[in-house]
This record gives sequence, structure tokens and C-alpha cells, in this order.
Amino acid sequence: MAQIIIPTPLRKFTNNESTFTTKGATVKEAIADLTTTHNGLAKHILDDQNNIRTFIRIYVGDDDINTLEKDATAISDSTVVSIIPAIAGGC
Amino acid sequence: MNNTQESANAREYKNTRTRAHDKIKILPQALEVMQKDGIESFPNECCGFLYGSETDVRQIELAVPVVNSKEGDQRRRFEISPLAYMKAERFAIENNTTLLGVYHTHPQHPAIASEHDLAKAMPYFSYVILSVIDAKVDDVKSWRLYDDKRAFYEETVELENFS
Ligand SMILES: [Zn+2]
Repeated sequence: MAQIIIPTPLRKFTNNESTFTTKGATVKEAIADLTTTHNGLAKHILDDQNNIRTFIRIYVGDDDINTLEKDATAISDSTVVSIIPAIAGGC
Repeated sequence: MNNTQESANAREYKNTRTRAHDKIKILPQALEVMQKDGIESFPNECCGFLYGSETDVRQIELAVPVVNSKEGDQRRRFEISPLAYMKAERFAIENNTTLLGVYHTHPQHPAIASEHDLAKAMPYFSYVILSVIDAKVDDVKSWRLYDDKRAFYEETVELENFS
């Protein structure tokens, strides 16, 4: 089963678990599985239309899903999916 | 109990509830890495990840610089690429540590979190800011989002050997 790495700022919604194991066959299914299991996560990852928020990136392995097939990207047992918040700032 | 006391107690409760964690200890080796990065990158901003442990007090044990991937002028902006972030979380898992925050510098500016910092801030993370004035580290402060509102509070930074 594929593994999703939860970024530390969102781990308070997963009982401090750093990873989540899912049977989802696509990124969309995996995220749906994650956010229904830990439903406090949903609003941080998905917008009102259930699309991935613009300031959140999803990587499958080393690739941004925006360069693959977006949330229809297929995942397999050995896949590691990463949820990545945008980090930026200034002065 | 009179009304004044009661509201003071209510305020006190609110403060302790929203600011349960407000201390951050930065170990010398981590501070050294940030200072060096800040000075070498001057007059541009630099940035990096902070790792450590959290028991009663949040403790930063390791600072790892990353490339400032902001395109264009970097004197007042920084950005960390998604790939670098992904690797940072993987590093934490592989090394049995925790990604606790991000540092960056404010060249020729005070170590006060800016509106640009607030716009992209994530809850839980400590945002350590080093003020670098004329290529010298002048001040170190740390900021963290409240759990229940979109604003920063200042964490009390505990340093050893800051010079
Ligand atoms: Zn800043």
C-alpha cells in the first residue's frame, strides 16, 4: 500500500503519525482516504470544491503531480506521496 | 470574586491556552550554522530548516541551509522549493528527528516577522528570524502562529554563547 508523508504542521490532525498508509489507487483516492480518516485535515489540504489547495503541492516520489496527471496520477504499493506546504516570506 | 478579578482570570486562562508553548531553545551548533549562512548570504536573505525535539521545551538541535529559490531580488524575499521541503520531511523521518521550523534572515531589517512571513506561515512551525545588519548578526527572534488565529506570537529564545 502506498504511503503518504504528513508534513509536521499537520500532524496534530493525525494523532502525531508522520505517515499514513492507503489503499488508494490514485492521488485523489489516497487524499480522500486520508481526509476521511483524519477529517480535521480536509480544510488544510482541500478547497470547497474538493480540489487540492493552491498553496499545497503533492509529490509522487520526486515528481510534482502537476507535471504528471494531477490528482489522477496512479500510485502503487511502493509509492511515497508527499504533502508539501508552500514556504516563503521576506522582510 | 469581583468582576475585575474574574475578567483578569479569564484573560490569563486565554493566554495560557493559546500560548501553551512559548519557549524555544537553540543549541550552539544550530545557531552557528544560521549565523554563518546569514553572513555569507548578505545582503541577500538566506533560509533553512530547523530540526530537533520537543518535550517540555522545543529544542533546535540542527539547522540545515537550503537554497533560496526566490527568483529575482533576494534582498527582501526568500522561498523554499517544494522538492527541498519534501526532502526535509524525509530527512526527519530517516534520522528520527522532527522538522520544527524554518529560519531566514532579514538583511538590514529587524528580526520582526513581516506580513510576507505571516501570509505563508504554517501553524506549529517556529519561524526563526536573524536580523543581519552590515553583514553582522544583530538579533535572533522566533515567531509562531497562534493555534486559533492568523497572527504570530513571539517565542522566548534561549541561546547559549550568542556573541
Ligand atoms: Zn521575514
